Amino acid sequence: MNAINIFQLDGEDIPFRQGQTIMQAATRHGTYIPHLCWHPDFSPYGSCKLCTVKVNGRFGSACTMEAQPGMEVENRTAELDDKRRTLLQMFFVEGNHFCPSCEKSGGCTLQATAYELKMMSPHFDMFYPDRPVDASHPDILLDFNRCIMCGLCVAASREVDGKNVFAMGGRGLLGRRVHVSSESGKLADTDFAVTDRAASICPVGVILKKRKGFAVPIGERKYDLAPISEQVKESTP
Amino acid sequence: MSDTDKIDAVLDRHRRDGTRLMQILREIQEQIGWLSPATLTRVAAAVGWPRAEVSGTASFYSFFHKRPRGRYCVLWSDNITDRMLGNADLMDAMCKKLWLEPGRVSEDGLVSVNTTSCTGMCDQGPALLVNYRAVTRMTQARLGEMVGLIRNETPVAEWPAEWFEVEDNIRRKDILLAHDLVPGQALSAALERGPEEMLAEIKAARLRGRGGAGFSTGLKWEACRNAAGSGDNPAHYVVCNADEGEPGTFKDRVLLTSYADLVFEGMSIAGLVVGASSGLLYLRGEYRYLLEPLESALATRREANLLGKNILGSDFEFDIEIHLGAGAYICGEESALIESLEGKPGRPRIRPPFPVTNGYLGQPTTVNNVETLAASCLIAAHGSEWYAQHGTEKSTGTKLLSVSGDCERPGIYEYPYGVTVRQVLEDCGATDSQAVQNSGPSGVCVAEAEFGRRISFEDLPTAGAFMIFDETRDMFEVARNFAHFFAHESCGFCTPCRVGTTLVRNMMDKIARQHGSPYDIDELFKLHRLMQGASHCGLGNSACNPVFDTLNKFRPAYERRLQSLDYEPAFDLDAALSQARQMTGRDDAAAHLATHLPNGAET
Repeated sequence: MNAINIFQLDGEDIPFRQGQTIMQAATRHGTYIPHLCWHPDFSPYGSCKLCTVKVNGRFGSACTMEAQPGMEVENRTAELDDKRRTLLQMFFVEGNHFCPSCEKSGGCTLQATAYELKMMSPHFDMFYPDRPVDASHPDILLDFNRCIMCGLCVAASREVDGKNVFAMGGRGLLGRRVHVSSESGKLADTDFAVTDRAASICPVGVILKKRKGFAVPIGERKYDLAPISEQVKESTP
Repeated sequence: MSDTDKIDAVLDRHRRDGTRLMQILREIQEQIGWLSPATLTRVAAAVGWPRAEVSGTASFYSFFHKRPRGRYCVLWSDNITDRMLGNADLMDAMCKKLWLEPGRVSEDGLVSVNTTSCTGMCDQGPALLVNYRAVTRMTQARLGEMVGLIRNETPVAEWPAEWFEVEDNIRRKDILLAHDLVPGQALSAALERGPEEMLAEIKAARLRGRGGAGFSTGLKWEACRNAAGSGDNPAHYVVCNADEGEPGTFKDRVLLTSYADLVFEGMSIAGLVVGASSGLLYLRGEYRYLLEPLESALATRREANLLGKNILGSDFEFDIEIHLGAGAYICGEESALIESLEGKPGRPRIRPPFPVTNGYLGQPTTVNNVETLAASCLIAAHGSEWYAQHGTEKSTGTKLLSVSGDCERPGIYEYPYGVTVRQVLEDCGATDSQAVQNSGPSGVCVAEAEFGRRISFEDLPTAGAFMIFDETRDMFEVARNFAHFFAHESCGFCTPCRVGTTLVRNMMDKIARQHGSPYDIDELFKLHRLMQGASHCGLGNSACNPVFDTLNKFRPAYERRLQSLDYEPAFDLDAALSQARQMTGRDDAAAHLATHLPNGAET
């Protein structure tokens, strides 16, 4: 490895290959940078802003910014984690996230990240948006109340499944949402299948497989076993 | 002709090309009124795009309707300058006369009345759009007449022509507005110089972008010129950013109305320099009425051999096409504008790569402001030395200011860079001025003590807006209007801006309802710090500027609204119960019916 290709992340040396982002290099090294919309299998989207770091004193997204030799990157500082907590609170108030009744609980990236960053309350007034549930598909339930607009289902359906079942559309807080590719807007009227990669990519509890709820007992769920910061992996199993 | 025939004709005219989706959707809507689910399915199939993407674009833009709209769609421009001219009372009166609630289509499908972001008529408001045609100078008298015409279903084309008159209101001319160039003069001078020397002139003139950011035009053109096109259709593109959406800005409208040749010529010069044969002008949807005049100006230039092949006998080939936007402020951001040109929602791209290397269709693209391109003609014709004599060291040339608000003579003022705020106020007849919102909501609020500051990149950079508030105005309400604007215009892509702009709006509404406390002020500062650093683009980064500035400079406007020095909840029991009380028929004072819809709050 070229010895020059090293940057500093919270004082730790992180090696990288030319062209890798800060996030990719840190992940390969096993160091956790909080994130929601980034996934190692897909090109960066850059919407959640949870991976906001400080690079040589300036804010930037770790998932989109290429690593450069000698960069000094701040990650888990009090200032940045405080901003991340506020961003998490924003997610919790803009959607309808009720963890106790959600079958994704314990395996949910949003919930696990909120635990990791010690978010104690939603802080802001809840928006209580009106987002309809789509139960039309025989094998899949879509509960958009929990959507965090990460775009992973869009990318998975397009890049892996070759189907383009989803697209992000609309504008602003009230308008922006996942659009389903059918005239009725219903998932049943698309060629979506439970075996699609997009069916298992959702980091929160929007895309759920029917008849599979609460399969893992409390205490053995993904993030019961270890906090999210200790489960940094370069690719999904 | 059936609706499907009309749709197919539009699709054919655009070669069933998905990148032309914005134009396809607009033209279909102009013909059949709205974009039904079946229409979107037909369009998606024709252009070969996933249906969800077509629907995603259609639902991004305010001017596209996925539900039937009224046969008359009235949208009141809701900039603070329209507010100051009394648009709220007029709109209220219109709704009462038509028995309408704002935002709802009447039961018979006749009419809907709502607000829209600034339509760029601040010097001649209150303004509105009726079926996307601009109307200026609304009065109670016009209002009564208009309601009558709507009730009688008189076609908009037969309405009094003077309602649609848009004045230039040019009050001060300098080197740009008083130019004596004839069409083709600047372009032939540029052709004589050749691309390299022309680029050198632009750099030597130290021309900087007039859209606000002030990036060196020469460096931008050079980077674009030096970037190689890629793929099957390598090309370079020139894009003119005429998406003049910053509230309070209307100078591009005037340039496109009375100086279109200069703008097109600037685009051609840019094309010559960067090596492009194609230029696109992205015109904001609010200026739809300029489309036909601009098209005919282009036709005249083609006839004069100023566009097309072998321009003025050289081997330079260049042509220009006009694309219309559809009501989205964010498309003024250059990468969002390019997305929109490609038929997609106007979401700013991840940068780098920048448009100069990966722009329109992935090709090297220079995106320049209308005024920047017009100014380049002066440099082509008169040389950099002459040009750089005007203005200041780091801000050469002149700047067009769109002056509106509390003054005797609102309109367009052209000054050499370096003019003081006080000078502009004097010239436009502003008295007892309290503040100037320089460069629009995303710019800087300048208080009286700072009126000696100079319009320039060294001191007060501006995209052109200059909104004046005299001492009778409530600066809190100014900031609250801007907070509503940003919440409405956030594209929704990144979390801090999508949610943050709405949180800020809600907090400002809470303070307006006299439920605020110092706690809320601290929260506003906290959101400002988060959004400024973490947002994806300039919109989110600057969305809190007006709140931050007014909090720092006009703190009493906030403090006199604060009920207590401790925390006050936003929740109001009486407001929450008012709807139920209304349903039981109560209308006494203790029912608090008025509190149930907070004044000006979006629902």
